[in-house]
Amino acid sequence: MTAYILRRIALMAPVLIIVAVIIFSLIHITPGDPAAVMAGEEATQQQVEEMRERLGLNEPIYIQFIEWTANALRLDFGESIFLRQSVSSAMVERVQPTLLLTIYSLTLAMLIAIPSGVIAAVRRNSIVDRILMVFAIGGAAVPNFFFGIVLILLFAVILGWLPAGGYVDIDDDPVQHFRRMILPSVTLGFAAAGLLARMVRSTMLDVLNEDYVRTAYAKGLRQNRVVLLHALRNAMIPAMTVLGISLAGLLGGSVVIETVFSLPGMGRLVVQSIQRRDYPVIQGVVLVTAVIQLVVMLLIDVLYVYVDPRVRYGSD
Amino acid sequence: MVLTRSQEQLADLAGGEHQRRFSLSSIPPSSRYYWIRVLLENPAALASLIFLSTVIILAVFAPLVTSYAPTFVNPVSRLQGPSADYWFGTDTLGRDVFSRSVYGARISLLVGGAVMFGAGFLGSAFGLVAGYYDRADTPMMRVMDGFEAFPGILLAIAIMASLGAATRNVIVALIIVFTPNVARLMRGTTLVTKRQLYIESARAIGMRDHAILRKYVFMNSLSPLIVQCTFVVAFAILAEASLSFLGAGVPAGTATWGNMVSEGQTYLQRAWWMVLFPGLLLFMTVMAINLIGDGLRDALDPRSRDR
Repeated sequence: MTAYILRRIALMAPVLIIVAVIIFSLIHITPGDPAAVMAGEEATQQQVEEMRERLGLNEPIYIQFIEWTANALRLDFGESIFLRQSVSSAMVERVQPTLLLTIYSLTLAMLIAIPSGVIAAVRRNSIVDRILMVFAIGGAAVPNFFFGIVLILLFAVILGWLPAGGYVDIDDDPVQHFRRMILPSVTLGFAAAGLLARMVRSTMLDVLNEDYVRTAYAKGLRQNRVVLLHALRNAMIPAMTVLGISLAGLLGGSVVIETVFSLPGMGRLVVQSIQRRDYPVIQGVVLVTAVIQLVVMLLIDVLYVYVDPRVRYGSD
Repeated sequence: MVLTRSQEQLADLAGGEHQRRFSLSSIPPSSRYYWIRVLLENPAALASLIFLSTVIILAVFAPLVTSYAPTFVNPVSRLQGPSADYWFGTDTLGRDVFSRSVYGARISLLVGGAVMFGAGFLGSAFGLVAGYYDRADTPMMRVMDGFEAFPGILLAIAIMASLGAATRNVIVALIIVFTPNVARLMRGTTLVTKRQLYIESARAIGMRDHAILRKYVFMNSLSPLIVQCTFVVAFAILAEASLSFLGAGVPAGTATWGNMVSEGQTYLQRAWWMVLFPGLLLFMTVMAINLIGDGLRDALDPRSRDR
């Protein structure tokens, strides 16, 4: 087990280096002079030089890379060009909305996906199965920004039940906080739920054909008991992997959704930084997101081995 | 009427000519075109094909099917609801939303198609090489892992921030995002195919590697590649719209579905049509392509047919 985890972490190292190279290169693929671009159009020659100095662009490129990586390892992503604060502190200020939005939508996705996936598998070709299929297909195709706006149109503009956007800190006013987070979480959660439900359904169908399920029925157990205690536990193992993929989708989706609902999160920070040409911020947020995603994938792999001994013994 | 029937009977006497009239059910399962029958007998795929063809035709003949230029500003008719004159209403500058939607389809289809060819070509090349040559495998796939460590949209945003907003740059960014996806698929099929006996015989008779890769390994992976490519088109169209919506895609002002939804969100209370029509078109187009992809998978892969 420990050997497996260590090997898995060792495999992550080269990927992390490549991730660092990709993000580092971003500033250098800019057409023209990055210092001039970041200093702004009306910058004087001297200001451009100062910017170049500040970003360390005068150094040879490999030194720049080593310095950048060494700083990034210490969670120092440099100073934001626009915000007049360090990138790390800008991210810390904006982490709460993103984190909570991800947690809410993931919870919502599981609450929808697991029961409907199980029911669809147990009652195959029933109405529930068909409705689920339509939702899954539609959910994969609907652009999440459009879905979010349609929800705003319906629940905020027409019905007036919920606010159209904005953010309230959970410590300041929990009720307002949740009222404002309902629509964004539903937007993201529904999209993730479709894929997750299809996965639960298909793994559940596989498990229901297993011998031990037949045995459980043969010894006279009720269907609920067989499905919930014997089948679901085994079906959840492959579904866990999809949870990881869903999380990746949520991290990307939150960038868009935070913009739709004006949530002051990390995703909106990135989007605002595009127009400001604030490369250090973009690099920092993208790097942190990639590392989070890699770590989550690692945790899921480890958890997979932990809950399913077959994988552990099979790999040796 | 009588004449036609007698002609048909004559033809019948001459050797059952009317049986040669084309019908889907006349394609036998043994035919190499059987997949077309399976695809077209799938109602969802057929409806999607018809819908997508309509969108393509509208986009190609955009100047003919629209009565106003997409950039024609008419301050007199600002924010008008859908009517006989303006099917989808007008926006804040009095521009025709229908016309802009049709021209927006051009950008979406262009980006979807270009990304499909770009990522399909690069991904196939990388995947074939990585799968065929053991020594290339690990380094190439680690690089692909690196690109896949990012949520796709975030990587695209980061690249767009560096390259600047332009349709061409959107295509470049999305090719980078989707290439690893295709490469992974092609590597998988290559790993299986290269162990086949006929590859060994091809090598034994002295065939060059690139010829083996092109003629056998690639052709053998064609079906899953085509299916994957349809999904790449769908995701690329979605991604372009998202990028444009965020202001990191096609420059604002150009008629694209993403830009239109973005412009419309501000006027949601007064002009729902500005958001709803381009958004629905985007949604339906992506769904149609996905359903065609599902249909193609069933049609091209005999194993998935009976499920």
